[in-house]
Amino acid sequence: MTLSLPEPGAPLSHYVSDKPFDPMSVEAMSQKQSEIYEASQLRLMWWKFKKHRLALASLVFLVAAYLMIMVVEFLAPYNLHTRNVERIYAPPQSVHLFHDGAFVGPFVYGRALTLDMDTLRRVYTEDRGKVEKLRFFCKGDTYRFWGLVEADRHLVCPAEGSDFFLFGSDRLGRDVLSRILYGARISLTIGLLGVSMAFVLGIVIGGLAGYHGGIFDLIVQRVIEVLQSIPSIPLWMALAAIMPVTWSPIVIYLGITCILGLLDWTGLARAVRSKLLALREEDYVLAAQLMGARPGRIIGRHLVPGFLSHLIASATMSIPAMILGETALSFLGLGLRPPITSWGILLTEARSVSVIAFYPWLLIPTIPVILVILAFNFLGDGLRDAADPYK
Amino acid sequence: MPDAAFMEKESLGMTLGADLLRIEDLTVSFSMFGGAVEAVRGASLRVLPGKVTALVGESGSGKSVISQAVMGILPPSASAGGRILFDDPSLSGGPIDLIPLPRDGQPIRGLRGNRMGMIFQEPMTSLSPLHTIGNQIGESLALHKGATKAEQRERTEEMLSLVGFTNPKRAIDMYPFELSGGMRQRAMIAMALICGPSLLIADEPTTALDVTIQAQILHLLRGLQQQFDMAMLLITHDLGVVANMADEVVVIYHGEIMEAGPVEDIFRRPSHPYLKGLMAAVPHFDMKPGERLKALREVPVKAEALLGRTAGARPKAPAAAAGDVLLSVRGLAKTYTTRKSGWFGKGEASAMRAVDDVSFDIRRGECLGLVGESGCGKTTVSKILMRGVTADSGSVTLHSQDGPIDLLAARGAALDRLRTRVQMVFQDPVSSLSPRMTVQNILTEPLEIHGRGDAPARRETAKALLKAIGLDKRHLNRYPHSFSGGQRQRIGIARALALGPELLICDEPVSALDVSVQAQILNLLKDLQAELGLTYLFISHNLAVVDYMADRIAVMCAGRIVELAPRERLMRNPVHPYTKALLAAVPFPDLDKPLDFDALKKSGAASQQRWEKAFSDEDEGPLTKIEIAEGHWVLARPNADFRELCA
Repeated sequence: MTLSLPEPGAPLSHYVSDKPFDPMSVEAMSQKQSEIYEASQLRLMWWKFKKHRLALASLVFLVAAYLMIMVVEFLAPYNLHTRNVERIYAPPQSVHLFHDGAFVGPFVYGRALTLDMDTLRRVYTEDRGKVEKLRFFCKGDTYRFWGLVEADRHLVCPAEGSDFFLFGSDRLGRDVLSRILYGARISLTIGLLGVSMAFVLGIVIGGLAGYHGGIFDLIVQRVIEVLQSIPSIPLWMALAAIMPVTWSPIVIYLGITCILGLLDWTGLARAVRSKLLALREEDYVLAAQLMGARPGRIIGRHLVPGFLSHLIASATMSIPAMILGETALSFLGLGLRPPITSWGILLTEARSVSVIAFYPWLLIPTIPVILVILAFNFLGDGLRDAADPYK
Repeated sequence: MPDAAFMEKESLGMTLGADLLRIEDLTVSFSMFGGAVEAVRGASLRVLPGKVTALVGESGSGKSVISQAVMGILPPSASAGGRILFDDPSLSGGPIDLIPLPRDGQPIRGLRGNRMGMIFQEPMTSLSPLHTIGNQIGESLALHKGATKAEQRERTEEMLSLVGFTNPKRAIDMYPFELSGGMRQRAMIAMALICGPSLLIADEPTTALDVTIQAQILHLLRGLQQQFDMAMLLITHDLGVVANMADEVVVIYHGEIMEAGPVEDIFRRPSHPYLKGLMAAVPHFDMKPGERLKALREVPVKAEALLGRTAGARPKAPAAAAGDVLLSVRGLAKTYTTRKSGWFGKGEASAMRAVDDVSFDIRRGECLGLVGESGCGKTTVSKILMRGVTADSGSVTLHSQDGPIDLLAARGAALDRLRTRVQMVFQDPVSSLSPRMTVQNILTEPLEIHGRGDAPARRETAKALLKAIGLDKRHLNRYPHSFSGGQRQRIGIARALALGPELLICDEPVSALDVSVQAQILNLLKDLQAELGLTYLFISHNLAVVDYMADRIAVMCAGRIVELAPRERLMRNPVHPYTKALLAAVPFPDLDKPLDFDALKKSGAASQQRWEKAFSDEDEGPLTKIEIAEGHWVLARPNADFRELCA
């Protein structure tokens, strides 16, 4: 029997539900619920993250990209510095599957080089008769895999005695595709290194400023303000100029990472500080203090885990800035220098108008830059949404 | 009237008599992470015009969801079924079904704030901090009535004086932060009533307030409701409030109506086990010594496992000799100064005496209750005792089992030792547990900090603690968010017990909980005290709760302890007007003991002007403690007549 209301305005009779009554029924929960309740924060975040399709796709893309840079030597058809003097400024070739209506598998047409004597431009003409089948898992340029093992296997190579430039070649006849793949190594890792440095600095400095407050907080705040008020490109340039030209490319690479990290911690430190100021007022922090916990423990065990997920999300969002920073510095000739190859270095090749007019394929390295940056932004977006699984 | 609403009414094609609000077979479900949750399951209720219907239930019973459904402010993840018919006599055309109206469409907006007003629970967050209260109250006049600025101001002033602002001309230009909680709630009521709604929904309007303020607000609501002949849907978990306010009562549990009827039937002939359980859980002043509250869900205490495991938690046999003082507080004082900074640094410092010459003893094994309204300084006292705040002067000595500790001066190792001897139970069960730690981590943390035992031993202690508070050991790996408020509060208690303290400071441990859960926690604390020989300082604003827990009670007002007496004596023979006011302000779920609103108004709560001369230090010299009987003293003028005091 459920309650049936009396006619409008009529007096209400005394109704008592006759359903079985269990005082514990509100506390009882389904299998699914108890699973959620026992899930750690990480698991909850993952469940929520999975619903963000774009972020998930970005994650897959980025994981693939980072896996890729581990086996670049194998994936790239040529080595980083392999030159083909016969094939300078060769335009991209397209891969075909059918020749004269018959299936032959992936192949490219051979090309003949002529020099236009009026403009002194190299003109490549496709020879529709010459079918050059691509080889897979083939022997090609020799390389030392991870600097350790001598090897010469490649995923794909051109037909014997021919060449294959999917994205064309540059002014020294180097394969743009191979160079993009090798460049990813530097460009993708410099962001991670820089961000982890900024992350550590931001948490430590922001954490101390937020927890202790007072004079330390005041100084940190002013330093951050000063750092943030300086235009970033001139500051990078100044710092980059400090690094001696005689340093080896690897040290330069580390130096650039440090510069990027040193300038990026300010935003994170501010975020950490403001979060700490808010969380510091929670009772559980007081409870920990009353238990006799020291500040380090309170920050590390009670406060930081409370917003670590937010920090990771915001760190993810700041990786693209690092990548762009490196690209910009290198493009200006202040960052990395050849023979180290990054996407920024590749783009320096495309600095003049003539290149854009005649050899537009040299701009192809911008595509991976855009893709990676978009992917990091989507990923950060998804992480930020998932960061508060309790909502 | 909007056209859509007209069509709606015609499609219903029927006329209802005199039900202002009629909810028929309402279902509301939320799509959540772990599947759909049915918050309301086929609930029906009605509100007659000019009458008060009370909707009673624990938190999580779905009562607030019903009010949201009526106002059309359900969150987007909710879906509602059934009918909510709103039949406003001032609108022609019969009843409107509120459920199919678009959430933010014109028809519902035309009703919200105009014909239906709402008061929320939390006065601190329900007003915009950026606008003056006059601005906020006048806004709905501008929206619904198209009033001019001058009209708005006039009506708002009128309304403010109706809800009890003594100087509405000044109050209208004040910002919410300048007002106390009670005054904000009054402003909130003014905002809800400014357009003269036919229905007022009050969602736990007094839960966040002290009992004395609660009584004033209830009185105000009742008076306004009768004055405007307005219907009210009162949502509360407190049966005491219901008994004083309602005409009809609906009891809801887990989304279903358990019992409904006129207020006489509900309180004189409660029939459903749930309602009976709720009633039995309310502490009242007529309880015999040793009588236990019956909690709806009793928690068995199994503290044997704790005995001997932790250092301090021993049976009280050796030490519990009467008169053995555990904590003595002498002349404690704390003044907060706020600097009013001028433009050029010439600020005036204004001082607020939060704690003013407070002295008391807590005997070993007893429970001392500390009662007072918010702002009276009782939390500051507890913070001083926990070394969260530094006192200006005074001394506090803890006569621990291993020698006395000067509580205010302890440093280093002595402070560490002190931390293991004195622990605290917090008010807010939500914010007092680290959200990112499992129960096990929470319980073992104090042991880790003090380097007690190794990891397996700590785990065993955590299990024993869980058992002591009636939770299962499979809860160890769960996170706080998966527990109800009462369960969290129990975990907080377990954490406080982890180090085996001698003194437990309970700062309003039940004021954030439902009545039914409150009884459970109070019983748990009592049982633990008996089993482990603990000593409590129990702080609360509710005299009935303190009465149930404490052996002796200290009443605090404006930083001073104004009366201190053994429990029975204070209840039977209160002397100080403030104590009397507190006693009179507790609402009981009993129709024969209504709140005496007039008496409450006369005595006022903390306003000293209204006290009899003997207790006021307005014109003459300082007050002194006058001992009236064994262990019962009151703060009064030295020359006050003993008989006058007892009168």
